[in-house]
Amino acid sequence: MAAIEAEGLRKEYGDVIALDGVDLRAEEGSVLGVLGPNGAGKTTTVRILTTLLRPDGGSARVHGLDVVRDAARLRGEIGLTGQNAAVDEALTGQENLILFGRLYGLRRGAAKERAGELLERFALSAAASRLVGTYSGGMRRRLDLAAALVARPPVLFLDEPTTGLDPRSRISLWETIEARVAAGTTVLLTTQYLDEAERLADRIVVIDHGKVIAEGTGAELKDRVGGDRLEIELGDLGQVGAASAALAELAIAPTTLHDGILRVAVAPADGTLVQALRRLDAAGVAVDDLSLHRPTLDDVFLTLTGHSAQDAAADAEEDA
Amino acid sequence: MSAVGDALLMAQRNLRRIPRNPDLLVGVTFQPVMFVVLFTYVFGGAIKTPGFDYIDFFLPGIVIQMISFTGYATALGISDDLRKGLIDRFRSLPMSRSAVLAGRTLSDVGMNVIALATMLICGFVVGFGFNSTPGKIAAGVGLVLLFGYAMSWVYCFVGLIASSPESASAMITVVIFPLSFVSSAYVPTDSMPKVLRAIANANPITTIVDALRSLWVGTPAGTDIAFAVLWCVGIIAVFSVLATAKYRSTVAR
Ligand SMILES: Nc1ncnc2c1ncn2[C@@H]1O[C@H](COP(=O)(O)OP(=O)(O)O)[C@@H](O)[C@H]1O
Ligand SMILES: [Mg+2]
Repeated sequence: MAAIEAEGLRKEYGDVIALDGVDLRAEEGSVLGVLGPNGAGKTTTVRILTTLLRPDGGSARVHGLDVVRDAARLRGEIGLTGQNAAVDEALTGQENLILFGRLYGLRRGAAKERAGELLERFALSAAASRLVGTYSGGMRRRLDLAAALVARPPVLFLDEPTTGLDPRSRISLWETIEARVAAGTTVLLTTQYLDEAERLADRIVVIDHGKVIAEGTGAELKDRVGGDRLEIELGDLGQVGAASAALAELAIAPTTLHDGILRVAVAPADGTLVQALRRLDAAGVAVDDLSLHRPTLDDVFLTLTGHSAQDAAADAEEDA
Repeated sequence: MSAVGDALLMAQRNLRRIPRNPDLLVGVTFQPVMFVVLFTYVFGGAIKTPGFDYIDFFLPGIVIQMISFTGYATALGISDDLRKGLIDRFRSLPMSRSAVLAGRTLSDVGMNVIALATMLICGFVVGFGFNSTPGKIAAGVGLVLLFGYAMSWVYCFVGLIASSPESASAMITVVIFPLSFVSSAYVPTDSMPKVLRAIANANPITTIVDALRSLWVGTPAGTDIAFAVLWCVGIIAVFSVLATAKYRSTVAR
């Protein structure tokens, strides 16, 4: 059964078309990643699905409830973590969770107990009675996520949950999200990073300018880009031919030379780097630098739209 | 949970921050004290208030003016909640849709009680005295709190339509600040130039200050008391509807 279903969602802000017919579907207990650059329409989609915004067109159901007609009932079934950590800085971590618990309808005692559980689980027990204003960015995000989970909602919406976090906090948040999924919660998360979507999401929809431009698993999307990419800086540009020949067996597309860097598209596989180096060495090619690049959101974008994600974000800013 | 329960939870959230935020505390205690003391001693001798001690004339004015500013923190708070995404979160919860604003206006009543008590105590120290019956004094207190409640709804609306706390602050400075001065709060309107006098006489703050003066120090009341109550009820009716409608449709910025 689908926990999240949306068909033809449209939203306009004056002249700006924020959503231009978005279709989505997430099975119960799965994670759907919504991937797109700044201004693509991710937040607008989340706002509509969480009843904060009425769509101008199209329809959506979450947990079987219509986001417009059954909005009031739906609010009891969802948890939302917005783009900013929406917690009250003038309250302590514990006070925040108790407040949200009670607003979800828990009694005082139950709310307090639940707050304690979540603080423990999110490694915030030691900071429970400190004002949130003194928390680090990572701690705020964890508290924000805890607040979204207070009522054990069956469907969870996370809008760019790790944007602005340092790598360590990011990984620890990923682990928390994974634990939620293991617990059977359906999650829709938005992100600008392919690696994040790939790690967390079962399926990914890529959106740009308010339209879904691709859909699939992370591996499927990367395949459309053409796999990984070797970048080789040669000691002597006269050896370009020899290098290309040496790597011909690994290459899955014609090699290119740009700014003195030889680029070779390769199938994603373990040991590619070592193999490439051995072959180049055997052919007597002098290598200054050799690196392997996984496709990024930008590569996916370039392939799917012919323009880069940065350009898409810049366009969106101009539109706004 | 009931709408009342949710509103009380939100009011509690707002009141909790008072002792933690020195600015808020200064706003409702030190600032009224400073105004009472400064105005009494700096201007007291210069302004003629025929038939009354200046402090007796003046205290109802300062009370109403101070109360008209208490909600400032509410406007900034709501604007800040919008910016930080908290309003989005509240609107995504299965709570009463009126609770956020009702909670704000309720906690403002608490702030106003503190501010009013501070000003009265300070007023007594500098020589203020009621010249009225206990019933009228109590009615005056009621009017002050009713007026404060009405202003809270105005500030809720300002907080919701402003694009940032800074712009909320600017709107207040440009609209509400002058309105509170161009009134009978500090000087009799008779002493003002013609245009200002016309504005001051039409200003609800003048009506409310005059009503409070008559309740507390026995100036002639005329129809002021009925009009003052009517103004407050009208402001509440209009701005609670405007603010609630805006809250329902607002999007975080
Ligand atoms: N409240 C608003 N008023 C006007 N334009 C908006 C508003 N919210 C979003 N937009 C515009 O809609 C588009 C999509 O925005 P958004 O959904 O926030 O994108 P994302 O979350 O992917 O960065 C952007 O062009 C943005 O500028
Ligand atoms: Mg966004």
